[in-house]
Amino acid sequence: MKPFTLNHAQSANEALASLAGGATAIAGGTNLVDLMKLQIATPDELVSIRRTGLDAITPENDGLRIGALVTNADCAADLRVRKSWPLLAKAILAGASPQLRNRATTGGNLCQRTRCGYFYDTTQACNKREPGSGCAAREGFNRIHAVLGTSDACIATYPGDMAVALLALDAVVHVEGPQGARTISVGEFHRQPGDDPGRDNVLERGELITAVTLPAPTGGRQIYRKVRDRASYAFALISVAIDLSMEGDRIARCALAFGSLGTVPWRDPAVEAVLVGERPSPALFDKAADVLLRDARGFGKNDFKIALARRALAATLHEATKG
Amino acid sequence: MVQIFARVNGTEHPLPQDSRRTLLDWLREDLGLTGAKKGCDHGQCGACTVLVDGRRINSCLSLAQLHEGDEIETIEGIGGADSLSTLQKAFVTHDGFQCGYCTPGQICSAKALMRELAEGWPSAVSEDVAAHPPISGEELRERMSGNLCRCGAYSNIIAAIEEMIAEAPGTPAGRQDA
Ligand SMILES: Cc1cc2nc3c(=O)[nH]c(=O)nc-3n(C[C@H](O)[C@H](O)[C@H](O)COP(=O)(O)OP(=O)(O)OC[C@H]3O[C@@H](n4cnc5c(N)ncnc54)[C@H](O)[C@@H]3O)c2cc1C
Ligand code: SF4
Ligand code: FES
Ligand code: FES
Repeated sequence: MKPFTLNHAQSANEALASLAGGATAIAGGTNLVDLMKLQIATPDELVSIRRTGLDAITPENDGLRIGALVTNADCAADLRVRKSWPLLAKAILAGASPQLRNRATTGGNLCQRTRCGYFYDTTQACNKREPGSGCAAREGFNRIHAVLGTSDACIATYPGDMAVALLALDAVVHVEGPQGARTISVGEFHRQPGDDPGRDNVLERGELITAVTLPAPTGGRQIYRKVRDRASYAFALISVAIDLSMEGDRIARCALAFGSLGTVPWRDPAVEAVLVGERPSPALFDKAADVLLRDARGFGKNDFKIALARRALAATLHEATKG
Repeated sequence: MVQIFARVNGTEHPLPQDSRRTLLDWLREDLGLTGAKKGCDHGQCGACTVLVDGRRINSCLSLAQLHEGDEIETIEGIGGADSLSTLQKAFVTHDGFQCGYCTPGQICSAKALMRELAEGWPSAVSEDVAAHPPISGEELRERMSGNLCRCGAYSNIIAAIEEMIAEAPGTPAGRQDA
């Protein structure tokens, strides 16, 4: 690791002052320390935000406010989350390991960087790590890469699970920064790479995530299906988050989000529109997949994801709509 | 520079001055507590698992200076050659290791798992995340999945943990399979 100074903020305001001065926030450190060891991240100054008091889960309106420093473990263990937003608990529990979840935080999880192998290998060309250097994944080993939302510059996925559930649950990210406070819907938080893949999300310099809020529970059936190379402690090849309600034998409401399929957590209103008001059937699920994957494009080793997404979607819809 | 401290196995120690020092390197290199192992140094194996305020974490991914005031427990604090804990004895009984490299991490992890179970934390294989989880082989395997064993002693590790659960007083009953 390159040498750096480390300060400990005792409040959000102290953290914001350090961030304004150019420091990088460290929360659990489970992603940042890893990247610093590999010299992919080389901050001169870190500010620990662990003791800023942003680590509470509190009711808000009919929903819930989850502080940015709430650990993934504490969030998934919270009875309110488990009872009313089980999708969130399920997605978190499907990710990483118990040890990592004890350290990883809500804000840090949202900001975790891609797992593209070339991003991690500083001898390789990577526009995300080093703008303008090229993209070794495009012609390389791109089995885990995205089939939606890619650009000429970058085809990497956002790899996390928690954000996929938050997207289906219409969660909102709360941010404070030099320009004051603002809110960003989870669906607008992550950035598709375009010609600037270095920036994964819309946070501006000096901004701090303070919380994520969940709206009132929907009471729908909630499932998180994660397809991966081994049963546990592995990133998703594809994941599907669903929150669905039936009325009689028809789908009354449906929120669907996909992980590791696109460059960002993926939600497509056109897919939901195909489903709502209809009777569940294999033909309907297939139609939804057609819409979801209309612009999908593989890069060789990840072509299988297009067929896998179709099956994962059908299986999830089947489970969510069966009697 | 202000000196900051953490407690390790009940004794207070000054944290390192170098901000780059990980908790793992501090324990091993500075304090000589070489029980926690460096398997991958990237959070991918669990060999470095220690307890911080009773919770298991990967010490390789945590900066030591972030642990001011924390209570850290390593395998040395759980039991030594003539003071083996119940779980350590169960590992011996069931041959829960071959080379032993992953074992300190496995045991620290299993100790924390007991508390998580007692507190009713669900896992990815829990049927109903809102319910108090049952203790089954499947649950234990999922909950120990953050600790890899290159020797593949997994089934014996689970057998040792099952024995500990069966013997520990006051742990939730309700095993569904064995
Ligand atoms: C082996 C391994 C397996 C994993 N498997 C999975 C998996 O299957 N699924 C999954 O979803 N994740 C997985 N992860 C990733 C893990 O979930 C993330 O590393 C973790 O959530 C990051 O949180 P953190 O608090 O440790 O972030 P840090 O490492 O502290 O920070 C990460 C980034 O977020 C920024 N940041 C942190 N908090 C804030 C804030 N409040 N405001 C603004 N910026 C902030 C930091 O500056 C940094 O850039 C895995 C990680 C490892 C090492
Ligand atoms: S896919 Fe993105 S992250 Fe991976 S090498 Fe290409 S530019 Fe870098
Ligand atoms: S050494 Fe820490 S997880 Fe492998
Ligand atoms: S006993 Fe050898 S790695 Fe587990």
